[in-house]
Amino acid sequence: MRFSGLRVLKEGLTGNKGWTPHWRDPEPRSEYDVIIIGGGGHGLATAHYLASVHGITSVAVLEKGYIGGGNVGRNTTIVRANYGLPGNSEFYSHSLKLWEGLEEDLNYNVMHSQRGIINLFNSDGARDAAARRGNQMMSQGDDAVLMDNAAVRKLIPYLDFEQTRFPIYGGLYHPRGGTARHDAVAWGFARAADQRGVDLIQQCEVTGIDIVDGKVRGVQTTRGPIRAKKIGMAAAGRSSQVAAMAGMRLPIESHVLQAFVTEGLKPCIDTVITYPMGHFYISQSDKGGLVFGGALDFYSSYAARGNLPMAEHVIENALTLMPMLTKAKVLRSWGGIMDMSFDGSPIIDKTHIDGLYLNCGWCYGGFKATPGSGNVFAHLIATDTPHEVAKGHRLDRFRTGRGIMDEEAAGSQHNLH
Amino acid sequence: MRLPCPLCGERDLREFYYQGAAVSLTRPDPDAGADAWADYVHLRENLPGDLEEMWHHAQGCGAWLVVTRNTATHVVKGAKLAMDTKRADTKRADTKGART
Repeated sequence: MRFSGLRVLKEGLTGNKGWTPHWRDPEPRSEYDVIIIGGGGHGLATAHYLASVHGITSVAVLEKGYIGGGNVGRNTTIVRANYGLPGNSEFYSHSLKLWEGLEEDLNYNVMHSQRGIINLFNSDGARDAAARRGNQMMSQGDDAVLMDNAAVRKLIPYLDFEQTRFPIYGGLYHPRGGTARHDAVAWGFARAADQRGVDLIQQCEVTGIDIVDGKVRGVQTTRGPIRAKKIGMAAAGRSSQVAAMAGMRLPIESHVLQAFVTEGLKPCIDTVITYPMGHFYISQSDKGGLVFGGALDFYSSYAARGNLPMAEHVIENALTLMPMLTKAKVLRSWGGIMDMSFDGSPIIDKTHIDGLYLNCGWCYGGFKATPGSGNVFAHLIATDTPHEVAKGHRLDRFRTGRGIMDEEAAGSQHNLH
Repeated sequence: MRLPCPLCGERDLREFYYQGAAVSLTRPDPDAGADAWADYVHLRENLPGDLEEMWHHAQGCGAWLVVTRNTATHVVKGAKLAMDTKRADTKRADTKGART
């Protein structure tokens, strides 16, 4: 079933009786060409691009919960391509271009909204860094506008510009940045993959990875064994648990990042704002809730919930930047499990086991990477060579020290990235 | 989350700095080779459940602690001084004649 304006009109006039489920609920077959472990955004995108770009349709996506129930349904929906380091910058640039054509590609409204993103800065040094980053973004064909205080006042006049602790000098504006409806991204990729014959197997937890003579043969699952010559791991915060089934330890620690949403308010913030005091960022969803968050809680966690000190800190950030929010009520908060790598950059690579591929290390920035990650991971699985824009995301960079992409210049400590 | 500092008693999370899994207690020998050092610096078990980890009581007594905490539930099982743990290890290693 294709979605179109005409179809919406027709269904509206005939009682909406013609809609069918977005994807099938198949029984797992005994063998596939490729198995993807993890039915999140990255796993689903990988399946979609395996089928649509590489013509590989004998693919199963194994999900232990339900489609869209992991980090892809629990993030703050920001999409951007304003990275600084070679290796990352071209990858996120590639991903943003895929976002811009995604709705047509998937025939699905993911509500991608290029409302812009502004990274504020609070010092001369930070302004220099922003100018450098902006030039770098423009030199690879992306967009950036360096704004002074007056220009920021015109764009977002409701900030507290007069505060003394972290005065707003200006900002680096990235007009093509923005947001997308996170659930719709999962559903759109799931539906598109399903339509090309990919089996999405939910409630199917992988309990073992079968390896014989250094080659993968398949997986054991709660719904029985499934054979495959190629297996892609895309389990985000649970990557270490999945890799442990193949006897691997990863350069990853899982950390908790909290996010917050207020009650629905009238439209007031029409862009995405980031504030370097404590990694704070905020945007407004189409339902009206203000969506915001800050830094990691800074300790390892699989609990999917954080502690109050960081909640207090993030809300202090919000009120320092925007005193108008003092009366907004926080409706809910949650914590996600972040696969923090040791240089703050992802890993998209083969492993030492033949046929086993790894996609992890997205830290707290995996959502914007969803199409790019799926696209390059599919390329790697299909062709056994890294995609041009992801050739820096090697697993062995930690061992050799060559090609480390340390965006925060924080060194080998996961929670500082 | 509150951590039981052996010197100060139970204290608020905000008084502590976190350094991750307590791998620094078993630092490889300087001549152990690049692979051993790469493993030590980067590779982690990182499984949910009880984890021994390093916390620094930075806003308190300044001691480094080895805290046992469940990463799936945040339940803190106990804390001891890293100094004591390290000294016990050193003593053991010395009696074996190993390099410390």
